[in-house]
Amino acid sequence: MSLESRVTEIIIDKLGVKPEQVTMEAQFDTDLGADSIDQYELIMGFEDAFGLRIDEEEASTLTTVGKVVEYLKAKDLDN
Amino acid sequence: MNRVAVVTGAARGIGYSISKKLVRSGWKVAGCDILEDDLKTAAGELGEDFHPWTVNITDEEAVKRTASDIEEKLGPVFGLVNNAGITRDGLIMRMQKEDWDSVLAVNLTGAFLMCRAFSRSMLRQKEGSIVNISSVVALLGAVGQINYASTKAGLLGLTRALAREYGTRNIRVNAIAPGFIETEMTRELPEKVREDYASRVPMKRMGQPGNVADAVGFLLDDVSSYITGVVIPVDGGLTT
Repeated sequence: MSLESRVTEIIIDKLGVKPEQVTMEAQFDTDLGADSIDQYELIMGFEDAFGLRIDEEEASTLTTVGKVVEYLKAKDLDN
Repeated sequence: MNRVAVVTGAARGIGYSISKKLVRSGWKVAGCDILEDDLKTAAGELGEDFHPWTVNITDEEAVKRTASDIEEKLGPVFGLVNNAGITRDGLIMRMQKEDWDSVLAVNLTGAFLMCRAFSRSMLRQKEGSIVNISSVVALLGAVGQINYASTKAGLLGLTRALAREYGTRNIRVNAIAPGFIETEMTRELPEKVREDYASRVPMKRMGQPGNVADAVGFLLDDVSSYITGVVIPVDGGLTT
């Protein structure tokens, strides 16, 4: 499964949104209706799924689906 | 499987009593305290479901380490009881800044650090119950205790704010405001002061640590599953 699909799957699971809503440009707060705790839990979900730790400063910049994908790609994950 | 609860200030007084009550009700208790010897004694008395952890809850890194240590050894934590507290009484004009700082560090910052350290696993579990041990002095004030009263009032703010943050996550946050309870802390007071206190209580007597422990047991248990953000006075009617 591609990184994009895994990220999308986590977002659908945590936020209960429709697959077509999860575009790369989608903002977590305004487009996907995630409040601040939802966003924290999303970060937690990415950390668990990809086996890494995202610090608070980095997490605050990950405001769109695309930014998360770019961030994870840059981490050059093995899995 | 038995649920896990963390109790701070577990070695003596109200914290010891809370730990005892929880162990007897089938909880696994991680008892945290800075008083290593007293903690060992408590562990000897409370049996194998009481797991002692020596920790300074004002030390951010130590709290993080302790939290992951507890979760690794005992499993996910459901209950957190922020009970640890100290006093450094004195009239304001004589109160040293260290007296203010140290009481804030233990009573209020310690509770914040503990809540934060376990927030991740509680969010992951989608359940949890936090009980903060405040005091009637948060509501009434007391001469010579501006530091202590401030922290106990601060815990009420923490309780209500965190109850809102966690409301949708099935993690409840409540406070208990004990009145005059017979503990090591109140035994240090002059006899005359103690009598004066007791006379002002509608029930005309001081409470026992077990009275507070019973209220904690209630708030940690699922019987209180729709109660969050409240302050329960356990004070013989003092604040009524």
